[in-house]
Amino acid sequence: MKFGVVIFPGSNCDEDLIYTFETILGQEVVRLWHKDTDLQGVDFVLVPGGFSYGDYLRSGAIARFSPIMESVIEHCNNGGYAMGICNGFQILCEAGLLPGTLLHNTNHKFICKNVYLKPATRSTICTAALDSDEVLNIPIAHGEGRYYASQEVLKQLNENQQVIFRYCDKDGVFNKESNPNGSLENIAGVCNEGKNVFGMMPHPERAADEWLRNTDGRKIFDSILASVAVAK
Amino acid sequence: MEFTAAIDIMPLDALLDPQGKAVTSSMSNLGLSEITNVRIGKHITLKVTAASKAEAEQKVDEACKKLLANQIMEKYSFTIEALAEA
Repeated sequence: MKFGVVIFPGSNCDEDLIYTFETILGQEVVRLWHKDTDLQGVDFVLVPGGFSYGDYLRSGAIARFSPIMESVIEHCNNGGYAMGICNGFQILCEAGLLPGTLLHNTNHKFICKNVYLKPATRSTICTAALDSDEVLNIPIAHGEGRYYASQEVLKQLNENQQVIFRYCDKDGVFNKESNPNGSLENIAGVCNEGKNVFGMMPHPERAADEWLRNTDGRKIFDSILASVAVAK
Repeated sequence: MEFTAAIDIMPLDALLDPQGKAVTSSMSNLGLSEITNVRIGKHITLKVTAASKAEAEQKVDEACKKLLANQIMEKYSFTIEALAEA
């Protein structure tokens, strides 16, 4: 499977993703420069975290109109896989590839800490190989991560099992205290209706290397690899 | 013809605006507790070339819809004025 990591001016988790997929997971990875339009035949596009275009105007708003994104949108509309992490999630929402949007955290602070989350469905490749009761400890680092969508969209997300992760406490209970940013219904990640485009605020690539003594994030990537191999 | 546009972008009424809320609560510290419901948005000005005011409005509206505002969380309004010929 060939992965492509998109690099915008201001991306800062691109190398972490490349290291995780290339060195730790042994996959073929190419860099996709924001000014290019050629996806180089990748099967899976990864949109990294960071502060693309300085987060000017709104997070992800300007990145969404860069040349590479036209190709990413086409790839996704043709059923190709894509995953956005943190700023990548914001960009995919701005591009209309994922439902909803991400607002300033309720406390209006940049929050950088480890949080707990749990898969909300096993119907996606990101979560298929996870234990549905398994609590993952994964870091977040964002100022604008409060997931919001209209009630109508939210209802649709729940009915179609498009919520992929929710924040919870260490025992796996979803409650207000374990919601770090004020996201609706503790939502930490969602996918599109076709379940080929994913977005999440927590950073699994920052919890994938044994040297960091936390490899909970790797489980999500392992799930993707295992599911896609089966799908083929 | 050249026109200038003044655009206001505000968080939707239904949404919590934490920035506005923090400023609202500081009003009482100033002895201005009569001031409530502070909401904070963006003000954008720009210049647009168009054959008519209607065309300029249409271009600004497109810019707002496609880039300047995210209608899932924001609403926008604008005014347009013709620039005096030099």
